[in-house]
Amino acid sequence: MSRPRLPLFLAAGLAVTLLLAGIVSGYASSRPDGLEAVAEEQGFTDTARDSPLAGSPFADYEFTPAQDERVSTGVAGVAGVLLTLGLGAAVFVPLRRRARRAAGPEPTGTPSKR
Amino acid sequence: MHIPDGFFDAPTSLVAGGVAVAGVAYCLRRAEGELDDRLAPMAGLTAAFVFAAQMLNFPVAAGTSGHVLGGALAATLVGPAAAVVCLAVVLLVQALFADGGLTALGLNVVVLGLVPAGVGYATVRSALFVLPRTPASVPLAAGVGGFVSVPAAALVFVGAYAIGGAGDVPLSTVLAAMVGVHLLIGIGEGLITAATVGAVVASRPDLVFAARGLARPAAHSPTEAVSR
Repeated sequence: MSRPRLPLFLAAGLAVTLLLAGIVSGYASSRPDGLEAVAEEQGFTDTARDSPLAGSPFADYEFTPAQDERVSTGVAGVAGVLLTLGLGAAVFVPLRRRARRAAGPEPTGTPSKR
Repeated sequence: MHIPDGFFDAPTSLVAGGVAVAGVAYCLRRAEGELDDRLAPMAGLTAAFVFAAQMLNFPVAAGTSGHVLGGALAATLVGPAAAVVCLAVVLLVQALFADGGLTALGLNVVVLGLVPAGVGYATVRSALFVLPRTPASVPLAAGVGGFVSVPAAALVFVGAYAIGGAGDVPLSTVLAAMVGVHLLIGIGEGLITAATVGAVVASRPDLVFAARGLARPAAHSPTEAVSR
């Protein structure tokens, strides 16, 4: 069985990621998660303060202009994925460039060892 | 829900912030040496995938849900150093979405980033030490790593809460409650981690950091070296 080429693999991975964030997220459980439930039960939930970013465009994974709640979550999810990719690229691309420069000319695809 | 502002006092949040910055800085340095041309884009995809996966809360017990942390998953795929960087990016985006506080970001990076990636990866390596030396062992090892990482993070949270928690609560009860629910969530994490790593190992085991050095499966075509 021949392996998928890297760009195809990455594209497939991105497609799955966008599907999860954009559509499946709308069907996720809305019950309080572990920490929230324990905080409520044990009585320290009142110490929580709103984040200063509580008014940001996608706060609480909501896209307020959307009427439907699932669409609202989905749009926020896609926005988050794209933002994460952008921030990730901003970190990993220069990092990789630095590593390549430090290693000097080498055959492509060889993992740099340290 | 990640740790919100107000749960911890200022000194604890500050110290955690310092630990987070130091930890991420160290991991950036390490990752630079570990990321090759294939793993670097994998790191970006892994971060995006973890963000998406953390939106998918699953029910665990009476009225409660959980979501994956992704520490063991990321560490298995791109190594623990890059994993910490991935998780920090995810947590930053989530903070922008008001999931997790701003002064609490350091704490979240420690509890939901450094701990799951570190403990998760250590567990994966330990599991691989005793399992057969083949790429097929990696999904199972990753699953165990995922399972362990969640209650570990919960333990660290309670430990931090003992030091600087703002609420006045009986710690033994909080400990039992936190570890209890997060053991359940850990089962979900383990299964999802194993399945995801399994999918990657099945198609591109060469992209899996933790699979490096393990015996490769049977003969492959000579064109494979070109098929990146």
